[in-house]
Amino acid sequence: MVEAEKQERIVFSRPKALTDTTTHYCPGCIHGIVHRLIAEAIDELGIQDRTIGIAPVGCSVLAYHYFDVDFAEAAHGRAPAMATGLKRVQPDKIVFTYQGDGDLAAIGTNEIIHAVNRGENITTFFINNAIYGMTGGQMAPTTLPGQVTTSTPFGRDVRAAGYPLRVCELMATLAGAAYVVRRTAINPREIRRLKKAIITAFKVQMAGLGYSLVEVVSNCPTNWGMTPIESLEWIEKNMLPYYPLGDFKVAEGVENL
Amino acid sequence: MSSKILMKGNEAIAESAIRAGCQAYFGYPITPQTEVLEYMARRMPQLGRVFLQAESELAAINMLYGAACAGVRAMTSTSSPGFSLMQEGISYIACSMVPAVVVNVMRGGPGLGNIQPSQADYSQMTKGGGHGDYKVLTLAPSTIQELVDHVGLAFDLADEYRQVVFVIADGMLGQMMEPVELPEMRELRPPPAWALTGAKGRPKNIITSLYLNAPELERVNQELQAVYRRIEANEVRYDTYLLEDAEIAVVAYGTAARIARTAIRRAREAGIRVGLFRPITVYPFPYEALAEVAGRVQEMLVVEMSAGQMLEDVRMATCCRVPIRFFGKMGGVVPLPEDILVEIEALAQGKPALVAQEGA
Repeated sequence: MVEAEKQERIVFSRPKALTDTTTHYCPGCIHGIVHRLIAEAIDELGIQDRTIGIAPVGCSVLAYHYFDVDFAEAAHGRAPAMATGLKRVQPDKIVFTYQGDGDLAAIGTNEIIHAVNRGENITTFFINNAIYGMTGGQMAPTTLPGQVTTSTPFGRDVRAAGYPLRVCELMATLAGAAYVVRRTAINPREIRRLKKAIITAFKVQMAGLGYSLVEVVSNCPTNWGMTPIESLEWIEKNMLPYYPLGDFKVAEGVENL
Repeated sequence: MSSKILMKGNEAIAESAIRAGCQAYFGYPITPQTEVLEYMARRMPQLGRVFLQAESELAAINMLYGAACAGVRAMTSTSSPGFSLMQEGISYIACSMVPAVVVNVMRGGPGLGNIQPSQADYSQMTKGGGHGDYKVLTLAPSTIQELVDHVGLAFDLADEYRQVVFVIADGMLGQMMEPVELPEMRELRPPPAWALTGAKGRPKNIITSLYLNAPELERVNQELQAVYRRIEANEVRYDTYLLEDAEIAVVAYGTAARIARTAIRRAREAGIRVGLFRPITVYPFPYEALAEVAGRVQEMLVVEMSAGQMLEDVRMATCCRVPIRFFGKMGGVVPLPEDILVEIEALAQGKPALVAQEGA
């Protein structure tokens, strides 16, 4: 028995930076993957005891239950402003916001633009699933043209509702942005690439290079009315052509991290 | 030996905050409080502290929320339209029970209004203002010295009750100059145990105002109400002037009160027995003390630079036991001592007390 234990090698476990809790996320939702990757990054960088997260309003409003780091819950869209306050008074801490598309790209557009533009040394993980999940599937700023939601029952008519906002492309124009990339998590290869980006984003902050933002093109099986597998296929077929994956801003010095 | 220096109200607010150990200031330019922001912009970096001009009052209050969560003394200041924008964040701060200080240098409203002095934000400052059941301890200075004292006191009270504390000033107090004695520079205090400083050697801290379970949110509300009962029991402050033998009590706070003092002095010279009751905390309002005054004067005159917002509290305090006359100026118009004197004389001559919107 003892011999057998000695021979065991743990190859997979819950990251230390995640709590041992059941999440409230729907089956097949990408939030769980992103949470895990962020926690793995925190573990690998050894920053659990100096990281402070800020949860948004939306499906990930309860993120503070799932990460085992200090956490605050912000008003809808205000996470970058709150993060600014937290970071400015303790620049040695690692501060990240976790925001959805309604939170960041609609009600909080002002806060994110100015926080990025100031070059705040904070990191934002932006989950774009083209819908308001928590309130039951309304049009988001990132909802695709023609996409049916409960508030665009005939499909998003861009003449009335405007066009989906491309956040990375917008943020990349700002001088304070150091690292702005778009990733997804629809297959193991993309998940590995996403994790690398998350680690880089934290490293950008640790090096004091400026704002880092990782957008994750995500899914919502529940409100899209699809199985998890179908939702991943829908991302590839419909979301990625409008929201291309890639690096939109990689400031000088980031490559060497 | 301490010495007095001549200071503008807005600059006195800023210097007093610095001396009280304010480690972070976030603000947005708006007349008539902008000098607070400008003063902080110069002084805070000199001291190695945080100054940041926000992109809006919405951002400013949420930056303040963030800094307060880190457990440092932090402040913002604004004027009426900006204060309205801050109500969202103030509600979150109140529920989260983090200490913070907000100074409102009130101006004429509603809407964009104007930049002249006003007291028309009384209701939104003393009755909650944002969504949900909360109240905010609100100090009402009427001189620049008191402004200095109240800003320091606001930080102490915020720490003591783990609540946001307001200082209710107006464009007159913000813009005028008076000699003041500044307090000594205080040591910065370390962050409290609940602060978000990184979970090093302790379990993680969470600061939230979200309680999806209704009984749990009810319990949080009960905790908040218990704090407000403690504040109401311990922090009521008021001042009186020539009230001992008065037959008429003028009730006013802030700038209206200092103008009323002049009118009262002149009325006394004319032989009218009139005095001043001045709430210093407008929440908690000095209901009991004013009720006692109502039992021994014949009439009251409420003077405000609004349509009569504190008037409602005076009515509640006095329970209709004494006739109340109201004199209010609105829209940034500041009453003159002569205006108030006319009202006092009318009461003294036995004219029936009535509630008038624009003088008698």
